[in-house]
Amino acid sequence: MILAAAANENLAHISNVLVYSAMAVYTLAFLAHIAEWVFGSRSTVGRTAAAITAEAAPSVTVTVQKAGQGGGTAVLERPKVVTRSAPGSRDVPDGPGAAGTSEKGDLYGRIAVSLTVLAFALHVGGVLTRALSVERAPWGNMYEFSTTFAMAAVGVYLGLLAAKKNVRWLGLPLTTSILLDLGLAVSVLYTDSDQLVPALHSYWLWIHVSCAILSGAALWVGACSSLFYLFRDGYEAKLAEGRDGDGAWGNVMSRLPSAATLDKFAYRINATVFPLWTFTIIAGAIWAEAAWGRYWGWDPKEVWSFITWVAYACYLHARATAGWKGRKAAYLALVAFACYLFNYYGVNILLSGKHSYAGV
Amino acid sequence: MAKTDSTPSTQEEPEADAPAAPLSTAPTEDTGQAVPGSFGGVRQPGALGLLAWSGREALGWVRWTWRQLTSMRVALILLFLLSLATVPGSLVPQTSVDAVKAEEWRGKHETLAPLYDKLGLFHVYSSVWFSAIYILLFVSLIGCIVPRTWQFVGQLRSRPPGAPRNLTRMPAHATWHTDAAPEQVLAAAHRLLKGRRFRTERGEDAVAAEKGFLREAGNLLFHVALIVMLVAFASGQLWKSEGGKLVVEGDGFSNTLTQYDDFKSGALFDADDLDKFRFDLDSFSGSYERTGPQKGTPRDYAAHVTYWNGPDGEPRKATIKVNEPLETDRSKVYLIGHGYAPMVSVRDGQGTLVFRGPVPSLPLDSNVTETSVLKVPAYKDKDGKDSDLGFKGNFVPTLDLKTGMMLSQFPALDNPRLVLTAYRGNLGVDAGAPQNVYQLDISRMKQFTDEDGKKFAQILKVGDTMKLPDGAGELHFDGIKQWATFQISQKPGNELALSGAVAALIGLAGSLFIQRRRVWVRAVAGEDGRTVVELAGLGRSESARLPEELASLAGALQPDAPPAAPAGADTDPEAPAEPSEGARA
Repeated sequence: MILAAAANENLAHISNVLVYSAMAVYTLAFLAHIAEWVFGSRSTVGRTAAAITAEAAPSVTVTVQKAGQGGGTAVLERPKVVTRSAPGSRDVPDGPGAAGTSEKGDLYGRIAVSLTVLAFALHVGGVLTRALSVERAPWGNMYEFSTTFAMAAVGVYLGLLAAKKNVRWLGLPLTTSILLDLGLAVSVLYTDSDQLVPALHSYWLWIHVSCAILSGAALWVGACSSLFYLFRDGYEAKLAEGRDGDGAWGNVMSRLPSAATLDKFAYRINATVFPLWTFTIIAGAIWAEAAWGRYWGWDPKEVWSFITWVAYACYLHARATAGWKGRKAAYLALVAFACYLFNYYGVNILLSGKHSYAGV
Repeated sequence: MAKTDSTPSTQEEPEADAPAAPLSTAPTEDTGQAVPGSFGGVRQPGALGLLAWSGREALGWVRWTWRQLTSMRVALILLFLLSLATVPGSLVPQTSVDAVKAEEWRGKHETLAPLYDKLGLFHVYSSVWFSAIYILLFVSLIGCIVPRTWQFVGQLRSRPPGAPRNLTRMPAHATWHTDAAPEQVLAAAHRLLKGRRFRTERGEDAVAAEKGFLREAGNLLFHVALIVMLVAFASGQLWKSEGGKLVVEGDGFSNTLTQYDDFKSGALFDADDLDKFRFDLDSFSGSYERTGPQKGTPRDYAAHVTYWNGPDGEPRKATIKVNEPLETDRSKVYLIGHGYAPMVSVRDGQGTLVFRGPVPSLPLDSNVTETSVLKVPAYKDKDGKDSDLGFKGNFVPTLDLKTGMMLSQFPALDNPRLVLTAYRGNLGVDAGAPQNVYQLDISRMKQFTDEDGKKFAQILKVGDTMKLPDGAGELHFDGIKQWATFQISQKPGNELALSGAVAALIGLAGSLFIQRRRVWVRAVAGEDGRTVVELAGLGRSESARLPEELASLAGALQPDAPPAAPAGADTDPEAPAEPSEGARA
């Protein structure tokens, strides 16, 4: 019994060391991303500006190369799928990415991604050892939730990268927020590893909390995309008016994906996560029914998940409503994510309710 | 547009100007005149004309309001209002969530509380304004889904529309030449699209196909499921019953109104609806963290019970835990709290046993320091005089051996002590007014004192006896039992709510993940005698992955329509088969 406890404390200690190491490597990745942007700034001034002035025609074709039926003797020409963009959109090509055309910048970018992968591995190790040390799902308090949340966010980012999505531009905002989140977790929210109070003894902990974490991590990616959409949209609007898009800000903006791409990406993420978030709330309600005798009781946490849900529903509806597409919908997405964040930090720290465990 | 009596004569779009126009039905002149800015249109002279005009006017307003309410814009505003209106309920303590906290808050904010009361801020979720928002939202929802359902039914019955003349104007298209005959290509395309579960329609020179109808079905299912959930929630509130009961080990509970310590029920609940069952609490066990910073934090609670379903049910054993309620026919029994009840026996001055049993004690802190109160009404002193006896004190499961303070150091029974002081006099229990069993009214009682005139009190271990001064009687500490509080709730509509939630989830997934799109394949003989195959797609919803799907379709069609260079073609084979796109736009 005592031996087991010692082993657990040992594991908890290893977990802490791993989380700190992950933070160190994330910091290196963060610096490498900075280098990527800095080197990239020297190469791409005016790229988008040039694109916009050169292609003032309202319609541009973007060709999508399809993988043809290889090998046949009869194949003389592979059919191409020609797409044309919807009327009214700006038809601006995506920026070249953080590194621009600088090879050095690109190298730093690759280093940053490799470091992120390494940090992610350490991070996963940290979360796993924590779970082993307490012999349960490592989501019993805010420290554990925050570390897992950051891990899921990096996981979503790396997953999107692995799926060859254009998300390298996310690297810098990602490492920044991961460092903030983990920093807060290890300094303010740290709780020693321990067992759960009886209310948390349920397999719903695995289902409900893991969904909440995954939703949050993906929604964070969506919110980032919406935020950068707003910046980039402002930049493109400025260019379209014929005003100068130079300067440091314009330089950074010119390397981002186009506003249309960012907007679409944000929508895809948010629309994909919305059912998962719905399921999180339903799973929570089922658990609440088992633990507290009612599936919905307007507990502050329930209230704010409901608000978050309605806010995302607003966003999805806004995108289908004339006059609300684009910037207004993006603001709604940001408000909705702010609700999610408040539901996590605000409700746990400022309000007291039935979701208060282990101090916070 | 031909004007008829029933259409507003002065405007085409009532939404645009109607709200600003003054609405007056006062009879000004009974000549036929057009009333600008109204729905009624031309008013014919005479009372009948006025009546007809007013009717048209009223109908116009109703329709305008309905159109507004069911518009997406208003639905969006209502959704936004709903999320805003939900906020105060999380900031101001709610009576329905935590009545004690709400009372405390009221006490602290004397100026704000009456104002908040008026605004219904202590019961936000049943307040008029909150209800107004969600009722309007649901009316808007119904007004939206009913016409959409009809539209959808119409779409299901219709065939995919024929291919547009110019397929290259579609958002995504592909073209190639082949030596296969047009008929053959079309047949293959038809087969291919059918095989991919498209609805297809074979035209003269083209195949039209459409897919993804489940998107709208999912959308409708989701919104209908929301209504189902609202109904389930409302019926749960109306017919629910919920009550609490404290049971000491060895005692039982049978589900009738009189047995409850406290009871709440919905407006339409009937006491006869109570589920007939009873249970006995055989034993209760709790385990706590022994070491570390969270020492004393509970780790596991379990109430072991025997229960009978229905009046003649078989006895069955069960364990109730925090996350595992006992489920009877229609009720659930939840474990809410626990504590200790010291068992004592009291003998009066004559040596007669006047009380034996548990002393109800209420926990004060997380280490289960408890206050204990015992009232013994039928007591005779050593002279045989009738009076009442009252005991008051504290119970601690783990005494702090260093300080000896009556403040428990740990929630388990490591070193239990009971400290009591005694009073005699009039308890007031015969007065008829209901009394709190956990409070001793000492206004008409006198505390016992020892020989030195000090207030009499004694710390007892299990087995100890406290002898009251002057042979007034004695109290023996027999042992300790645990008690548990249970919440017994009966909530109809839970299953309905769950089915609604599951349906909503399925509908949501369908409406967000399924894309509705149309695909056309045209094959005609070109000028050079070779067949020109054209493929085009049109997404009917956002973010359709049309190009990818079209590419895959083109690939699958190629074995039946092998690409061949157009006769005399010497252009770059990688260029789109159609000439410059930009030129036509």
